Amino acid sequence: MALLEVRDLSVVFQRKGEAPFHAVDGVSFDVEPGQTVGLVGESGCGKSVTSLAIMGLLPKRGAKVTGSVTYDGTDLLKLSDKQMRDKRGSELGMVFQDPLSSLNPVVPIGLQVTEVLERHRGLARKEAMIEAKDLLDKVGIPDPNRRLKEYPHQLSGGMRQRALIAIALACRPKLLIADEPTTALDVTIQAQILSLMKELVQDLGTALVMITHDLGVVAGLCDEVNVLYGGKVVEKAMRHRLFAEPRHPYTHGLLASIPRLDAPRGEKLTPIKGSVADNIPWTSACAFAPRCPNALDVCRSVTPAEEDQLGRLLRCHNPVVPGTPAAEEVPV
Amino acid sequence: MALGVSKKEKIDGLAETAGVSLAASAWKRLKRSPVFLIGATIIGIFVVLSILSPWLAPQDPSVPMLIDQVVKARNEIPPPQPGHLLGGDLQGRDFFSRLLVGSQQTLIVGVGATIIGLTGGLILGTLAGALGGWVDSVVMRIVDVMLSLPSLLLAFSIAAMFARPSQFTVILAVSIVQIPVFARLLRGSMLAQRHSDHVLAATALGVKKGAIVFRHMLPNSLSPVIVQSTLVLATAIIEAAALSFLGLGNPDDRLPEWGQMLGDVQNVFDTHPHLAAWPAICIIIVALGFTLMGETLREALDPKNRR
Repeated sequence: MALLEVRDLSVVFQRKGEAPFHAVDGVSFDVEPGQTVGLVGESGCGKSVTSLAIMGLLPKRGAKVTGSVTYDGTDLLKLSDKQMRDKRGSELGMVFQDPLSSLNPVVPIGLQVTEVLERHRGLARKEAMIEAKDLLDKVGIPDPNRRLKEYPHQLSGGMRQRALIAIALACRPKLLIADEPTTALDVTIQAQILSLMKELVQDLGTALVMITHDLGVVAGLCDEVNVLYGGKVVEKAMRHRLFAEPRHPYTHGLLASIPRLDAPRGEKLTPIKGSVADNIPWTSACAFAPRCPNALDVCRSVTPAEEDQLGRLLRCHNPVVPGTPAAEEVPV
Repeated sequence: MALGVSKKEKIDGLAETAGVSLAASAWKRLKRSPVFLIGATIIGIFVVLSILSPWLAPQDPSVPMLIDQVVKARNEIPPPQPGHLLGGDLQGRDFFSRLLVGSQQTLIVGVGATIIGLTGGLILGTLAGALGGWVDSVVMRIVDVMLSLPSLLLAFSIAAMFARPSQFTVILAVSIVQIPVFARLLRGSMLAQRHSDHVLAATALGVKKGAIVFRHMLPNSLSPVIVQSTLVLATAIIEAAALSFLGLGNPDDRLPEWGQMLGDVQNVFDTHPHLAAWPAICIIIVALGFTLMGETLREALDPKNRR
């Protein structure tokens, strides 16, 4: 049994007088201890909502969460507010996208680290401070004693994200959800943060759910990858297989759109045409069909089912033939 | 070698300045701000004068020692003379001494009304902003009702409810009028905090609700309230003056308050304008001092401005 089992998770946003919006539509995945699972997709595909649903952070009113999120044998969706509060921070950690706005601007870093330690491990302020210093040291913040007294705006972007990771890992959670942890950072800092997370996951045996739109992050970090489109998983495979042989046209398009250093000068980038529609019609068609170069008639009338193809899950009527070169796939 | 040591000390020194507390760094920036210094000087002088005024006053402010110079029929009051720098008032009491002692009453009324108003506003605003839902609706409707009445009119009505006006009723009337302003301001910025990333992050760490409200939401919402409280200090003094002016203030004029002094002389304003001008100037200067200090204080206390 996996540490985290997400089964058929759906999130529907409902507002009075408006059609319900399916942000996440039957997503399932497992995460083992020490394993890193990626959720990949473009803006609006339901990545962040999935993570918020797992953490129970969606507003009670207006958001309907169904399915099950089994963590260590208990269904998180069935826990009371109080039980969930005890789990968050101690067993479930989360790292957010924007490190500056995710830290309290008027509280020194030290207090923000010790707050979690005091809350979940019952440490006294003094002990917690010593522990906090070690934590900052561990995530590679130089001169931790000084940084503990500083405010978030006095730290650089990379250091802020390190501090957030330190806070998230303060109580050694078994599961860490990272929601685009490197999006707000410089490329050089991104690499540092990613290698730090990789190291910590290996050292502590933490299960990591990595949410990103950056396939570079996926390539460097994830063991298994779930590609999301319009709230559904369209392709799920081990990292190497996915990169070597993308089958879903969307995955293929994502990989093709990565700028390559070895491309000839002046060559145009390869985008995926169009953008995510507001309310995606998975009900009686493939939601990706309007943008898909491989679309057939059946794609516009029948919802593709999830098929298991030799350890790979695929939701497509007309998958990409292995070996199709990327550049010809989507003409600009 | 010696160079190396001094360099190391320098770096240590830098490290220390980087780790200073919010208050220390705010103070450092305030010291450099001329506007703050002007405001602080005004308020400093005002506070010192008001505390020391009973001893500083050259004459007893409640004894009509120049009453023989007052001729009501010819509208004559005692002019400036040795021992009486600004002459006497309508009852022949030393005007300069009364002006000095007036600072004390003005300070008590202004600070008292602001503290009570601030406390009430903080409680209501925190309730509304932190709990939301029906609590928010109820509190805000009460606030709306209070705000729909002109503030001075409301203060008059509250002051008039008391059969025997006193200094305390003036403070109470003025402070109640300030409550909705504070409450609405705090509630607004608390609501903005509720949906902020760092509150979500704190929730994701399992931080308890109380700690989220008092450590994460409230401190981040206080900045506009601090500014408002210094501005309210100024308006409280002015509103208390207005109440006294209209006779709803403390009837006991042995220890005068500037607004009361203004009110007392409204009949002789055309012939003896200085009797009104002095207290009015005092009120304006003090109100200005609080406003200047409040503005600079806000800028200094805002951690986002720390560079």
